[in-house]
Amino acid sequence: MAHMNAPRTMLAKIWDEHEILRHPSGPSLLYIDRDMIHEGSFHAFADLKRRGLRPRRPRQIFGVADHYVPTLGRTSRDAASPAIARMIDTFDENMEWGGVRHFGLSSRSQGIVHVVAPEQGITLPGLTIVCSDSHTSTQGALGAIAFGIGQSENAHVLATQTIWQLRPKTMRVTINGTLGQGVTAKDVMLALIAKIGAAGAGGHAIEFAGQVVRDMSIEGRLTLCNMSIEAAARFGMVAPDETTFNYVRGRNYAPNEEEWDAAVSHWRELVSDADAVFDREVVLAGAEIAPMVTWGTSPEDAVSIEGRVPDPSAFDSADKRKAAAKSLEYMELAPGTELSGLKLDKVFIGSCTNSRIEDLRAAAAILKGRKAKIQAIVVPGSTQVKEQAEAEGIATIFREAGFEWRDSGCSMCAAMNGDVVGPGERCASTSNRNFVGRQGPGARTHLVSPAMAAAAAITGCLTDVRRV
Amino acid sequence: MKAFTKETSTVIAVPGVNCDTDQIIPGRFLKADRAQGYGQFLFHDIRRTEAGELDPSFPLNQPGAVRSTILLVEDNFGCGSSREGAVYALVDHGIRAIIGPSFGDIFFNNALKNGLVPVRLSAENCDRLADYLSRFPEAEVTVDLENSELVLPGNLGHHPIVIDAFARECILQGLDEIEMTFTYMEKIKAFETERMASHAWLAR
Repeated sequence: MAHMNAPRTMLAKIWDEHEILRHPSGPSLLYIDRDMIHEGSFHAFADLKRRGLRPRRPRQIFGVADHYVPTLGRTSRDAASPAIARMIDTFDENMEWGGVRHFGLSSRSQGIVHVVAPEQGITLPGLTIVCSDSHTSTQGALGAIAFGIGQSENAHVLATQTIWQLRPKTMRVTINGTLGQGVTAKDVMLALIAKIGAAGAGGHAIEFAGQVVRDMSIEGRLTLCNMSIEAAARFGMVAPDETTFNYVRGRNYAPNEEEWDAAVSHWRELVSDADAVFDREVVLAGAEIAPMVTWGTSPEDAVSIEGRVPDPSAFDSADKRKAAAKSLEYMELAPGTELSGLKLDKVFIGSCTNSRIEDLRAAAAILKGRKAKIQAIVVPGSTQVKEQAEAEGIATIFREAGFEWRDSGCSMCAAMNGDVVGPGERCASTSNRNFVGRQGPGARTHLVSPAMAAAAAITGCLTDVRRV
Repeated sequence: MKAFTKETSTVIAVPGVNCDTDQIIPGRFLKADRAQGYGQFLFHDIRRTEAGELDPSFPLNQPGAVRSTILLVEDNFGCGSSREGAVYALVDHGIRAIIGPSFGDIFFNNALKNGLVPVRLSAENCDRLADYLSRFPEAEVTVDLENSELVLPGNLGHHPIVIDAFARECILQGLDEIEMTFTYMEKIKAFETERMASHAWLAR
C-alpha cells in the first residue's frame, strides 16, 4: 500500500476512494456510482431474471435508448424492422421492470448515452461510471473513472453495485501549445492514435494534460476521452478544473447549491499531484497537428489531409504491411493517392464522438450559404442538442445546405438501427471507427472532424477545411 | 460458467492485427437471443465472399477446423466495441482458448467471464507457432490452466500462462462471480452507507 503522503495520480485517488476491498489475488472490488444502460443490455437483464434478482440500487442506474432508435420518427413503430422495434420495446420493459429511470425514445432527455450523461449531470467529477459500451471512456472528460464493460460485468454491477477490476497502469498524454486553425480534438486523437497505434495504450488509463487540454471546452475533452478506447486505453481522463465546474453546475443530477461548495472543494483534491509518476508519458505539440483523415480500416491509419495513402511496403513490421495492404484493397485505394480530392458518396455527422452542439456549430460555420454535393446526414447527439441547434438556427443552415436533419441516436456509427452506408460507398464520417463493415457491409469509412465533414460535403471529396 | 482446467486441440490460425469485435460478430446480429446460439455469427462477414458464400480460404472454413477448440490470433485481438456477443460467438462455436500477443481489455474480461481462456504469448512465439502450424496443421496445443502452462508442439516449448490469480481461480472452479461477491455484501453495504452520507446526490 502506498504511503499516504506519496504523490498520487488522479486515477489512484479516485480508485482508492472507491476500493471496498482488495482480493488477496489482486483485483479490487470497486464501488460503482453510476451504471448506464442501453438497449444492448438485454442480456444482463435476462441474467438477472434467471437468477431471480433485480437491480440493487436503481436510483444509481440510468437507461437511455440510443443504439437501435430510428432517426426518422420517435416511436418504435418507426424502427427499420420489427426485430429492431422489439429491441426498443424490450429496453422500455426492462427499465420498467427494474424500476430504473430511463430516457426512452419519446423523452426530451433522450440521446446517445455518452452525450446525455454529461448533459444531465449524471457524469460528475470523482465518480466511477460504467456502461456496456466501449465509448464509456468519453465520460472521464469530467474527471471520472468511466469505462466500458460487457454484459456479464453489467449483470454483476446491477446485482451488487460493484465490479472486480485490476488497476490499469497510467499514461499521461500532454498536448502542449495551441492548436492551429481548423484543428480540433478529433484531429488530436487521430494524430495520437497514428503515433502510438491502435494497441498503443493497452492496459493503461490515459490522463490528458497540457495547455491544449486546459484551453479546451468540455465538449472537446469529451471527444478526446471518447477515442481513448481506439488507442486501446480503457479510461480517458481530464483533471476537473473551473471549466468542468462551470459546465456541471445546475445540471439535473449534479449536487444542488447547498451541496455545491463541499463538492467542488473535494473535486479540486482529485487532480494528480504535481510530482505524481506516470508509467508512460507521451507528448504532442499542438501546433504540429493538422486536420486528419483516415485511409485504412483501423483508427491508427490516420494522416494529415495534406498527406497521401501510404505504401504498405513502407511499414516496419510484417504484420502491419499485410494489414495495410488488406486495408487498401478493402478501401479500394492505391498507394500514393492524395487524400485531398478523393471522391466521396456520403457524409455522416453524428456519434458519441462528434455530435454535440459545438460540433454542429463548427460544421454549420463551414456550410453557411453553401450546398452539399453529395448525400449528407446530420444526427444530433441528443434531443436537447437537436432542440438547441434548431433554436440557434443551425438546423436551418444544415437543411439549406441539403443535409438531412435527423432525430438523435447512434445511427450510422453503430449502423444497428438501419442507417447504413451502402456496399462500396465511401463516407466521410465524424464517428470513431473505420473498421471493415462497421457502417454497413462493404462500407468504406474515412474518419474526420465535423468541420472536415462539412468541407467534404460541399466539395463532394475529402477536403482540407482550411482551404474552403 | 463452464469450468476450464485443460484443453488439447488442433489450432485455427486467424490472421490479422487489430481484429476488432465487429469482425468477430457484425453489429446487426447482436439482437439475437442467446438461446438461438451465437456460433452461426462467428466471423460472419469475413469468412464469406462478397456473394455470401463461405470462402474456402478462410481458416475457419477449412476441413478439420470444426474439430479445433483453440484459436491463434494476432496483436490487439478483440479491440473495439465491448459487445460480449463476440465472446458468445466464439464460445457457442466451441472455442475454449485463444492464443495471441495481446487482446482488447474489455474482450479479455468478457472472455474470462464466459470460461474462454485468453492466453498471452509473445508475438515472436506466436509467429513461430503460426509457421509450425502451416507445416504441420494437425499439430496439437495444450492449454493447461491448472498448471498455468501452454504446451506448444515440436520444439516450441512450454510457456507460462500469465493470468491474474483471481480470474484463474474463478475459471478453474467455474465460479459464479455474482454469488461470490454476495459473500462480501456486509462490507459493500457499510462502504455504501458511508459514501452516501457524503454524496447524497448520488442516489437522488
